[in-house]
Parts: sequence; structure tokens; C-alpha cells
Amino acid sequence: MTAAPRRWFRLRPAQWLSYAALIGLGGLFLSPFLWALSASFKTNAAIYEFPPNFLPRPFHPENYERALSLLPFARFAWNSTVITLSCVAGQLLTGSLVAYSFARLRWPGRDVWFIVLLGTMMLPPQVTMISTFVGWTQLRTLTGVDWVDTYRPLIIPSFLGGSGVLIFLMRQFFKTLPLELEDAARIDGCSTWLTYWRVILPLSRPVLATVAVLSFIAHWHDFLGPLIYLNSVDRYTIQIGLRMFQDINGSRMNLLMAASMLVLLPVLILFFSAQRYLVRGIVLSGIKG
Amino acid sequence: MHRRSVRWKRDAWEGYLFASPWLLGFLLFTAGPMVVSLAMSLTAWDGITPLSRIRWVGGENYQELLTQDLRFRKALGNTVLYVLGAVPFGTLNALGMALLLNQEVRGQALFRTLFYLPSVVSGVATSMMWMWLYNPSFGPINDFLARIGVPQDRLPGWLTDPQWALPALVFMSFWGVGNAMLIYLAGLQGVPQHLYEAADLDGATPWIRFQHVTLPMLTPTLLFNLVMGIIGSFQTFTQAFVMTNGGPQDATLFYVLYLYQKAFQQFQMGYASAMAWILFVIVMTLTLSLLRGSRRWVYYEGER
Repeated sequence: MTAAPRRWFRLRPAQWLSYAALIGLGGLFLSPFLWALSASFKTNAAIYEFPPNFLPRPFHPENYERALSLLPFARFAWNSTVITLSCVAGQLLTGSLVAYSFARLRWPGRDVWFIVLLGTMMLPPQVTMISTFVGWTQLRTLTGVDWVDTYRPLIIPSFLGGSGVLIFLMRQFFKTLPLELEDAARIDGCSTWLTYWRVILPLSRPVLATVAVLSFIAHWHDFLGPLIYLNSVDRYTIQIGLRMFQDINGSRMNLLMAASMLVLLPVLILFFSAQRYLVRGIVLSGIKG
Repeated sequence: MHRRSVRWKRDAWEGYLFASPWLLGFLLFTAGPMVVSLAMSLTAWDGITPLSRIRWVGGENYQELLTQDLRFRKALGNTVLYVLGAVPFGTLNALGMALLLNQEVRGQALFRTLFYLPSVVSGVATSMMWMWLYNPSFGPINDFLARIGVPQDRLPGWLTDPQWALPALVFMSFWGVGNAMLIYLAGLQGVPQHLYEAADLDGATPWIRFQHVTLPMLTPTLLFNLVMGIIGSFQTFTQAFVMTNGGPQDATLFYVLYLYQKAFQQFQMGYASAMAWILFVIVMTLTLSLLRGSRRWVYYEGER
């Protein structure tokens, strides 16, 4: 399939249509970001003008400074970072262990448990949400320590295997690794643990990166979890903080947009630097069963 | 023989050991809570009263939900309408965009990135962006509609109008189809080239090729996306919570939003647990019947 170099004037009518559709859709998909970005640099008076001007004139970059000074966003961002990175670490460590067990170790009941794992992917989390919350509140009477309004309820599940989808993803990848490498390690006297740690994990960097990125995005965006568990403002995550900002400054659309842009920024950076790992995740999940 | 059985035993022991984090997690965070929430759904518990003074009400919560609670009916209806809007049309959009991208087009990577990005950055920030886009008096969407000739008094009120709020959220969901689109794209690129070549030899038109090669080969992907789309859409929460808080006049009161209000704002934990179980039954029934029915339309390569 050698694609002959095409000049634009040689395009067939159908291709013209395709390009027109792609460019139109591309603009449509991009425009919400651009409008929000533009609003974040406007004065509030300029926002409430009809018809709206796309270009922010006068240009007000101070909005960002104001937004940052109204609420402790740096604190929220730090909280989110702590929770998210802990979850990613737990997911990588324990999730890969479990995935290795499902991919390569033989134990009675494994295949039944694997079906259970796939089943959990279809379970709406709301079914367990309320009783899990109640469980954490009751733990206080047992232990005498607070669990609600700490990060533990948000982090601990990730250290117990974490997401079923991500375990499944790693298991699919481990299945593709050649068996000979593990056999060789075994013959050299490696224990199962050492085989996993020294042979499997180093070979699995691509899938681990994919899992790390997917897990990061999921926990960075988590809203319902922190909303339920965190009460103290100084423990809020960035999502809850942004929601609080909306409550306080809802009418100041320019500041709200500036704050939203700030919240989006880390995810955008991650997206553009790690897009290939995200795409790999989709290829890996395979759908072929 | 003896050696093998020793090896097997060691494997079994180690297998459980390696899987133990998830096995424990499953017991603590899935199986246990499911049993507890089933029991809670039979009580009138507020989550605070000591456990010893729990009042058991049997099936009363379910009865009230299914026969008396009009807001529950509204929430379920809204959610079903949302799913019916977002899933089928979202599927068409995602599939159409994947087909567009699967051609030999320049800038494929750029367009793919553009379409995919919104589905990754979901959350509170994007909900706020859309609140601004939907602003009835000053937002860019109504400005656009006014420019193409919609009279001022006919411009939709979007999130402030009970008739338009739900369609507005459905429309917004199409912005997030990028993930499904990528899955279709991967599926399209997995269709063996020789099938197309064979179709060409038979003189198939592009439409016939699509109907008889592309579509059948894509059915497993389609099934996967449908199931995931339905499960995900039933859980819609953040957008409604942030953008409308269920309003106006409960027009965007979604199932999970109502469940959240009952459990964590009105502290009717038992009642909300019953809601959670009804949700579970609905989603499981839909998923299983889709999977069962899929045998008739999903084509798996390698089967007879």
C-alpha cells in the first residue's frame, strides 16, 4: 500500500467531503475549549455582552491571579496529587500482582474468579457506594480513629487490586509475553516472585505506563468519592474545590472559566504527553475476548 | 508425576497469594457491601442511629419507590430518556467519525487527537465550560443560533428550560464520544485486508463493502461499546450535579443524583440502598439481555 503523494487538486469529490466533515467536526470539538479560554481572559462585563466577541478585549490575564487568590487552589491541587499518585502506585503494585496471577499462575477456581472480575466491571459502583460509606463510618466505633474525612477510603481500594478493567488490561498484556523467558528464569532458580519482579515487570513497561495514565485520569477526575468522604475544606480535591468556587463565585463567569482552565491544565499536559499510552490501552483491551 | 503435583500445589498457593489483594478487595469493597446494602434496603436507617436500634421495614422501601415516589419515577424516566438519546446517537456519531478517520486522510493524528481529547478531560471543569456555552442570553451557542436566523424569542433556554435541559445534556454527551470512536477505529483497523480485496474482486460497491464486510466484522466492538455506554450513561452524575442540580423542575434529576440526594443529603440510607438495588437489577437485566440477544447479530471470527 504505497500511498502516492497526492496534491490537493487531485482529490476526488468524496475526499473533499471527508475533509470538509473532518475540519467541521474538528472545529466543533475544539470550540468549547476556545470559548472557555477566551472567556477566562475577559472582564465580566465583556462576557455578558450580546453578541459575544470571540476575542477577549480588553485582555484580562489578571483573572487567573484573582481566581487563585480567592480559594486555596494550590492546596487543592496538592491534595489531588497526593490522592491520585497514591492510587496510581497502589493500582500498579497490587493490580499487576493480581493480573500476573490470572495470566500465568494455576490455581483452583482461577477461571471462576476471573469471570467474577469481569462481572465487577459491569457493576454500577452506586450499588456498593452507600454501604461502603457506612462501613467506613462504623469503623470509627471499632478503631476509635476517624476514617471518613481522610484520604484512606479513597486510596485503600487501589491497594487492593483497584480497578477490574485495569487488572484485565494488564492480564491481557502478560498473556502476550513469551513463556520461554519465564521458563528460563525458573530454570535459573528464580522464585515466582523474582520471575514477576525481575522478568515480567521490566518487560511490561508499556502496559504499566498505560495503566498509570488511565488510573491517574480516573482518580484526578473522581468527583463523587471525594464529595462523599471529604468534609474539611483544607482536604478538598481540586474537583470539589472547583465546585466550591462555583458556589461562591458562580456569577463571575470569567473567574470561573479561569479556574476551570487551571484545573484542566495538568490533564491537558498529561494527555498530550501520554496520548500514545492511552491509545495503546484501547488496543490492548482487545474486545476480541 | 510426583514432582508435577508438588509444583501444582506450590502454584496454587502462590496463585492465591498473588491474587489475594484483589480477592480481599472484592470481599471488602464489592461482595460485602452488596450484602450489607441489600440488608440496609430493608430498613429505615438514617446512617447515624446506633445499629442496635435499627428499624426493619421489610419491602416497604421498594414498595414506596415503585408505587408512590413520583420523583423516583421522574428520575428513572429522565435517565432512560438520557440513555436512549446518548447511547444510540452517540454510537452513530462515534462510528461515523471512526469511518471518516479510517480513510487515507492527511492529518489523521491531529483529528484523532481533537476528537479524543474531550472524552479524557471530563469532570467539573468541562461541565462549567458547557454552562457558559449554554448560557441562554450571552452564550456562544445561542449567539450562533441567532446568527443563522433563529428569532430571539425562539432561542432555547437550554439549562434553564425544563424542555431543553435534558436534550442539552444529551447533546453535550456527544462531545465525549472520542473514547468509543477510538475503540471503533481500532476495530476497523483490525478488519483483515484480504476481505476487502475479495469484495473488490466481486465488484462490490463501497456501500456493499461496508454492509457485508466492515459492519459484520465490527459487531463485537459495537456490542462492547453498547454495553459500556449503557452502564456508563445510567451513572451520569457530575454534569447534572454541577450544571443543573437536577433542575429545572427535576428535568435533569438523574437516577444517581436522586440516589445521592436521598443518601447523603436527606440521610435516608435504607431508602437509597433500595434505589441502588433497583439500579443494579435494571442495569444487569439490560446488559444480560443485550449479551444474550447479541448471539443473533454479533459475528465472531473463528466460529463456525
